Amino acid sequence: MYKEIILAGFGGQGVLLIGKLLAYSGMKMGNDVTWMPAYGPEMRGGTCNCTVVISEKPIGSPMSKHPHGLIALNLPSLDKFEDTVRKDGVIVVNTSLINRKVKRNDVKVVEVPANEIAIECGSAKAANMVALGAFLGATQIADLELVKNILSESFASKPKLIEVNHKALTRGYELAKGV
Amino acid sequence: MAKKLMKGCEAIGEAAIQAGCRLFFGYPITPQNEIPEYMSARLPQVGGMFVQAESEVSASNMLYGAAGAGCRCFTSSSSPGISLMQEGISYIAGAELPVVFVNIMRGGPGLGGILPSQSDYFQATKGGGHGDYRCLVLAPSTVQEAVDLVQLAFELADKYRNPVYVLGDGLIGQMMEPVEFKTTVKPEDLPEKPWATTGAKGRKQNIINSLYLDPEDLEKHNWKLKKKYEEMEKNEKRWEEFNITENMDVLFVAYGTVARIAKTAIEDLKSKGINAGLFRPITLYPFPGEQLEKAASKCKKILVSELSTGQMVEDVKYHLGKNREVAFYGRVGGMVMTPEELVDEAVKLLK
Repeated sequence: MYKEIILAGFGGQGVLLIGKLLAYSGMKMGNDVTWMPAYGPEMRGGTCNCTVVISEKPIGSPMSKHPHGLIALNLPSLDKFEDTVRKDGVIVVNTSLINRKVKRNDVKVVEVPANEIAIECGSAKAANMVALGAFLGATQIADLELVKNILSESFASKPKLIEVNHKALTRGYELAKGV
Repeated sequence: MAKKLMKGCEAIGEAAIQAGCRLFFGYPITPQNEIPEYMSARLPQVGGMFVQAESEVSASNMLYGAAGAGCRCFTSSSSPGISLMQEGISYIAGAELPVVFVNIMRGGPGLGGILPSQSDYFQATKGGGHGDYRCLVLAPSTVQEAVDLVQLAFELADKYRNPVYVLGDGLIGQMMEPVEFKTTVKPEDLPEKPWATTGAKGRKQNIINSLYLDPEDLEKHNWKLKKKYEEMEKNEKRWEEFNITENMDVLFVAYGTVARIAKTAIEDLKSKGINAGLFRPITLYPFPGEQLEKAASKCKKILVSELSTGQMVEDVKYHLGKNREVAFYGRVGGMVMTPEELVDEAVKLLK
């Protein structure tokens, strides 16, 4: 396996966190992984993204010019990265905040109203998890249960949040599985 | 210990603790703030101490004092901060004290920017501060290697009683990768330092100083230091050879972050039928010149790539001599080249 994934959104939407979960899952599956945040002079409310690479072999460049997958939580992210995604790649679009269609017709598109679903699950903040779940469902890059277990570990100090986030992951996953 | 996913900066901090270091003196600067942040939380847990100094100049002089007292100590900073520390580094080199300096390089000159760069190669390998001295310079290209080299840096600093740099860049500092900590050293298990100023009760007084007003004494001291640097050159050269074969079309020479980008480029070149290899210096001082010479004898073209306008390339040219053509490709200002750029450069070079 060799996959490059870009996760992008507003600062505060939790793209760095879902990137970490994805990287951790890749590592637990026995792969080499890298997680690289864009650490320029970003600020709250500005755009924010990270690149995750998951590979069976040692990873060279941790950056990606042409990712296999994109999770776009807001419109500027889709605008910025849509054209970079490889042919036959996967784009997860958060339709709660993105009011246009993906222009490409050579990629697999998964549309999820992540914010609305997150609210239904119990917290608007879990939109990132809905999107990650959808990405997992569409790509099968990592097992949903594995990601849930890792989330439980990393949220150990905030046990109240685990259930909501598990629910959000599952809802996103179920929604995308059939796409 | 199982592998953990850690950010480069935090892994560097933990590596220092696992190396038995219990003292950190520093001053914040992007992109390495996670190191002092990590140390400020972690050191009190292991009976250590974290000091945020009022400036980098102070921090480097605090290190001078702590190292003189025989303690393992380190600091981390980024390019402009390392410039401010040069006073202390020169004194520490003169007084022959073991201190580890981590430089997570960012673009310069001046305040420059906060994104990755390799523009402090000259500063680290050729002196930096005043006086005739050298620092050992170790350049990691993965987070795991950053951990291993930080631990090695403490060993080498003690062995040679000399400042040691770990020279990374913003990408190594900010990236997360799986790491494991292979060795753990407790401060109480470290060998005694009989030269340290620990209170002269019952023994002859130790003096730590870099002032030699008598020129004959200073000359003697300078030659003694030179001998030490020759020992380092004899014993401490480290490098990695990747895909070095007979009859390579192109040999990349790169260190740190650029070396891993070159590895991806080498894989991509394979699919174009181009046989490329990589020579990666791990110690930048001492520079593994003879080993480079050997690798370079097996290739048609040599391409040095750095995140600078051309610094290490001078050492490459020095070792390979006038008759060998050496091409260079650099990106600066915080821009990082893609593997595709290196592929294009290699293809161009072979035309």
